[in-house]
Amino acid sequence: MEDWRRGRSAFWLIGLGPTFWLALFFLVPLAIVWLYSFAELRGLVDMEVTGTLDNYARALDPLYLDVFGKSLAFAGLTTVVSLVVGFPVALAIVFAPPRWRPVLLLLVILPFWTNLLIRTYALIAVLRVRGFANFTLEWIWEQSNTLLSLLGLGSYQLLGERFEPLELLYNNTAVVIGLVYVHLPFMVLPLYAALEKLDRSLIEAALDLGASQWRAFLTVVVPLSMPGIVSGAILVFIPALGSFLTPDLLGGTDSQMIANVIERQFKSANDWPFGAALSFLLMYLTFAALALRAFVARGRGGL
Amino acid sequence: MARAPIGPLEYTRRTWMRLTLLATFVFLYAPIVTLVAFSFNDSRRNIVWRGFTTKYYERALGNSELIEAFVNSLTIALLSTLIATVLGALTALFLWRFRFPFKAGYEGAMALPIVIPEICMGVAMLAFFAKVGWPSGLPWPFSLSAIIIAHVSFSFPFVAVVVRARLAGFNQELAEAAQDLGASEWRVFWDVMVPFMRPGLVAGALLAFTLSLDDFVITFFTSGPDTVTFPVKVYSMVRFSVTPEVNAASTVLIALTVVLTGAALWLQFRQEKKDR
Amino acid sequence: MSTSGPPAAADGAPIIEISGLSKRFGDFAAVDKVNLSVERGEFFALLGPSGCGKTTLLRMLAGLDLPSDGRIRIDGQDMSLVPANRRPVNMVFQSYAVFPHMSVLDNVGYGLRIDGGARDEIRRRAEEALELVKLGGYGSRRPDQLSGGQRQRVALARALVKRPKVLLLDEPLSALDAKLREAMRLELVNLQETVGITFVIVTHDQSEALSMATRIAVMNAGEVQQIAPPAELYEFPASRFVADFIGSVNLIEGRVEAAENGRIRLACPGITAPVEIEQDRLPAVGTTGWLALRPEKIDIAKEPPAEVGLNRVSGVVEEITYLGETSVYHVRVAPNLPLIKVSSANLDRVTRRAFTWEDPVHLSWTSSCGVVLDR
Repeated sequence: MEDWRRGRSAFWLIGLGPTFWLALFFLVPLAIVWLYSFAELRGLVDMEVTGTLDNYARALDPLYLDVFGKSLAFAGLTTVVSLVVGFPVALAIVFAPPRWRPVLLLLVILPFWTNLLIRTYALIAVLRVRGFANFTLEWIWEQSNTLLSLLGLGSYQLLGERFEPLELLYNNTAVVIGLVYVHLPFMVLPLYAALEKLDRSLIEAALDLGASQWRAFLTVVVPLSMPGIVSGAILVFIPALGSFLTPDLLGGTDSQMIANVIERQFKSANDWPFGAALSFLLMYLTFAALALRAFVARGRGGL
Repeated sequence: MARAPIGPLEYTRRTWMRLTLLATFVFLYAPIVTLVAFSFNDSRRNIVWRGFTTKYYERALGNSELIEAFVNSLTIALLSTLIATVLGALTALFLWRFRFPFKAGYEGAMALPIVIPEICMGVAMLAFFAKVGWPSGLPWPFSLSAIIIAHVSFSFPFVAVVVRARLAGFNQELAEAAQDLGASEWRVFWDVMVPFMRPGLVAGALLAFTLSLDDFVITFFTSGPDTVTFPVKVYSMVRFSVTPEVNAASTVLIALTVVLTGAALWLQFRQEKKDR
Repeated sequence: MSTSGPPAAADGAPIIEISGLSKRFGDFAAVDKVNLSVERGEFFALLGPSGCGKTTLLRMLAGLDLPSDGRIRIDGQDMSLVPANRRPVNMVFQSYAVFPHMSVLDNVGYGLRIDGGARDEIRRRAEEALELVKLGGYGSRRPDQLSGGQRQRVALARALVKRPKVLLLDEPLSALDAKLREAMRLELVNLQETVGITFVIVTHDQSEALSMATRIAVMNAGEVQQIAPPAELYEFPASRFVADFIGSVNLIEGRVEAAENGRIRLACPGITAPVEIEQDRLPAVGTTGWLALRPEKIDIAKEPPAEVGLNRVSGVVEEITYLGETSVYHVRVAPNLPLIKVSSANLDRVTRRAFTWEDPVHLSWTSSCGVVLDR
């Protein structure tokens, strides 16, 4: 690596393009939004930057605090569920015969490569009242009923009179399912990377010293794969927090997340200053999550 | 003994592990498979299977708005990939080669488009173009310029990451050998560095292409009624009228992305074989 | 823990009994129908080249690999399929496997915490174990602050503190440098005598096995070739493989001409004088036998020996390997025979050696110096 002063002409030649683009078409737009967050509406479309903090204050309204809270809760729940589901999957892939590993990994990543919109839409067909999931449950219900009749218990109607389909769509459950569905690969990959590096003789040593499988898992595998867990958690939490499509397509009227509210401000409500303030609050939350991760990583002394 | 007993570390052979793995894959793939399957279902309400048909594909093909949106998406993807690859390569070179004050801050700024929530970026682009008074009603393809600019902005840092990873493996002695043989700095760049970077450039370009093709949120904020892209069109179809045509259109998009990603992976695999 | 002195010889049943043990991976048998038993208080070694199955056998003893066939009895109980965490056996891994995220004391106490018990008691026993391996006071250190040798001691303490019936050690000295290795050899033997627990070690280094073990099992390609105390293994190998694996040996092919009264007469092409060896095991007359002669047991001289007779041959010195304390002379005795290796102490300065390259020399050995092998 050379010092910039030594290759000055090359330095400017190479660096100018990207820097200019980043500045003009990224940083400037962000700055404009930041300024707007301190603006007031004047009439239908005009705004004047007055340095007011009203927009931020409005975000602290119980109505909007509720949305923030819900978004954090959704993102948190998604992270936890992804971890619980993703860990066994990553474990299974790491300990699979070497021939199978790339195949299994590819199978996990492949859905990620399809369009987010389409993946979310596909879930609708599965989750709705006359959809795949309910069909399967209904089938199970019918088979169980048949079994019960065979056992002579048919007349008791133990499973109810008719099959009651689960309301799996247009509510909070659907949003969480959708978020997990979309972000699961992001949890599996870092976990796989961390578990792959784990020295297996450490698990064997724990077993040899008398630990049960579960105890060996908790006292050796989990602590030593913590960096992977933290990476995965961040990779899931942050995108989930700023998610727009999933709550939009799968959620009900009270499943709004921050991104949906922001979109409304800019598209239909035309309250750009407020939308700008909300955007920046979302960004600050994102940075806070990243900072937390860096703090945790440093605190563990680079294990 | 009929089959070898399961050793303590052979987790993948345990039944409950296999069930979990299977259940997860079913969970991941069932919706997509259902969607693709029902694009061929001869039934409007796509619940029960009624017969195989390709009429929805024909209808999708006949839907001029859909075709126009598809063409827009391709054009945007191609142009933004071109620009993003160049910018990304320059960024990677810049960060790999030079040491300069505030470099850490610069790298942080370059990472922002990757880290920032998509909606914040979409909103920023919308505000920017509105404030600057970006001309509307331009002839095609210039009408797509706003979208293209937005796509480049969020994808070139990804390209930079990919190319930088490739550059990290560069053996400086190759450049030194060329210089020793009399090549000027410019020639060293073209004859030695660019060929080395090529796999990274290709991988980065494919990444930028898929990101652009698939993007919804940012495009949603920068497109207008006469500059609709494929995902945006599909979104309105999904929101307002769920027909198998949507399934057909979605299947096409899935197929396209899978083929492109497959190509990227295959190229990378071939490269790794060559590197050995 | 018992006081010093060599451990009591086998009192009662063996502590480990292995019968018909096999481990197959597809068609390949890593361990093939092995039978052996280990007595209480022994320092037992599994010796063999890499890939011979010794580590697989050890892991099956630990319960980390499960056998395809056969039985393992530990202290009278069938433990073939018992999982590792329920066996009264502990292992010191080749990589030591010290938990990087725990302190030294927590590492040593890990197994004790699983068994339950008062915290102070666990602490006391762990510190006691650390004293035993000469790491007293290192309790609060972390593994990444320790050298390789120190981490090995932690692994030892961790395994011993649970007072297992058998301690298994996988290539314990292979990762240490030469000087440390020598020191550790003595320490391990002393440790075993102090603690009185049966040790089973796996090694590919025959000098390690010879110096530490009370009995050695030599393995090759999944099978046990011979089980014997070190001296017996060295002086009376059961096969050419064992003879060649342990130390250096000259193998000379010949035909058994006579075999009776504890004496064998061998006719070896290339050696004109008759070869007679004293041996209890008598091979059949007419079969092929191999004379196994250790280099240090052959006398090399410039003058022919006084009495003419048996067990001698003459040749020309083709190569000399200087090893400081000894020199190995490679002597050509016949065009169709391999060079005979004779090792002789350098009793005087090299410049005053009696013979050198291309000198004619006379080799001789006594009838109790070698063995005749039939396989």
